[in-house]
Amino acid sequence: MAFISRGFHGRRPSAGTKLPPGQYETTGFPVLSAGPTPRIRKDDWQLSVTTETGKRHVWDWAGLMALPADSPTVDLHCVTKWSKFGTQWQGVSLDVLLADVETSAEHVLVTSYGGYTTNVPLADLVDGKAWIAYGYEGGDLAPEHGGPARLLVPHLYLWKSAKWVSGIELRQSDVPGFWETAGYHNYGDPWREQRYQGD
Amino acid sequence: MARAAVPGRLGDRLRWRIAEVAGRRVESATAVTLTLEIPDWPGHLAGQHVDVRLTAEDGYSTQRSYSIASASNGRSLDLTVQRTSGGEVSPYLVDELVPGDQLELRGPVGGWFVWRQQQTEPVLLVAGGSGLVPLMCMIRTREAAGSRTPFRLLYAVRSPSDLLYGSELRQGAPGLDTTYLYSREALKDSARPPGRITPEDLARGGWPPDFEPTCYVCGPTAFVEKTAAYLVLLGHAPERVRTERFG
Repeated sequence: MAFISRGFHGRRPSAGTKLPPGQYETTGFPVLSAGPTPRIRKDDWQLSVTTETGKRHVWDWAGLMALPADSPTVDLHCVTKWSKFGTQWQGVSLDVLLADVETSAEHVLVTSYGGYTTNVPLADLVDGKAWIAYGYEGGDLAPEHGGPARLLVPHLYLWKSAKWVSGIELRQSDVPGFWETAGYHNYGDPWREQRYQGD
Repeated sequence: MARAAVPGRLGDRLRWRIAEVAGRRVESATAVTLTLEIPDWPGHLAGQHVDVRLTAEDGYSTQRSYSIASASNGRSLDLTVQRTSGGEVSPYLVDELVPGDQLELRGPVGGWFVWRQQQTEPVLLVAGGSGLVPLMCMIRTREAAGSRTPFRLLYAVRSPSDLLYGSELRQGAPGLDTTYLYSREALKDSARPPGRITPEDLARGGWPPDFEPTCYVCGPTAFVEKTAAYLVLLGHAPERVRTERFG
């Protein structure tokens, strides 16, 4: 028989929204990171895409700004249980950044200033599913939320949306990142509640 | 930041377990400690948390994470829960649950914000409010293990009446130094006027960076952001500053 918590009534998500299993809605924007927030000046910022053959494509801040931008409105789902609906971002689609990159790789290791890493299948970063985001709700992306720029992959739990992104490594083989090594799920689909290894 | 070590027992699927509330202790006007009995609890590391799942009669269910307060003993664990006004889960845990009630949980979770008794470097713990809970687990684990690793705790809290584990902290332990940083209202004879945490507080109550302590900072987001930035400014290597936030 399913377990019932005696006397628990709970709250329901607001009308017209649907929460992944186990999540709750927040209107704030909580912060989750494992260490101090790195401070990266836009002048010092670089993003590289490295292929499995070692070919490197590099953008500086001006280069990123020169690329066509999107303004996606997306829902966020954090493995720490909060979900936030209808967040508005500005950024460059990974489709744009990867357009001239020749690769047969299927895996990506995303690296960040400060040393964070996370792994994502390449298929989850293309076809309009992921951005290098630098604007949030009409302003610059704040450092504690990953500014100057972060990866945004909203269909996966938010730890995949690496803050302070610095590199996209295209790889033939999959390698687990920071939280994936620490027992979190390798893929992280919130709708299948893939929080931890084995989920 | 270094890659976290794999905590051995996270390799298997984390299954949901039924815990029974065996005790309820009031810690402050807004916080209680629930002692949960879990016959097959695999044990935990200091600093880890559990996921708690509540399910209503119509099947609606929601989850929250709570840090474990007690040292691992193989059969029970303490969760200290602070009531969030208007919250969905914490008022239920704080006000509704009584001994004999059951709760679904799974864990332990988390392999980064942990202290292991094999660590021998000095430790700085910086707590903001109920961010003390996982740090208290480290203090208790250190004591249970008979570890002589030097610990310093800086505990930022609104006023003396908001202290968690007040008598246990006052009693202290050899090799543990505790400094209280009251933000709103200090004790009458306190040399430090009430106020938010400052770099001077961290320099005075913490360790010099060249001692290479591991620093654990837990509390509300703004507190953690500020404290971690101060520690880096004071010269602590970013990879030695581990953070955990709530709210």
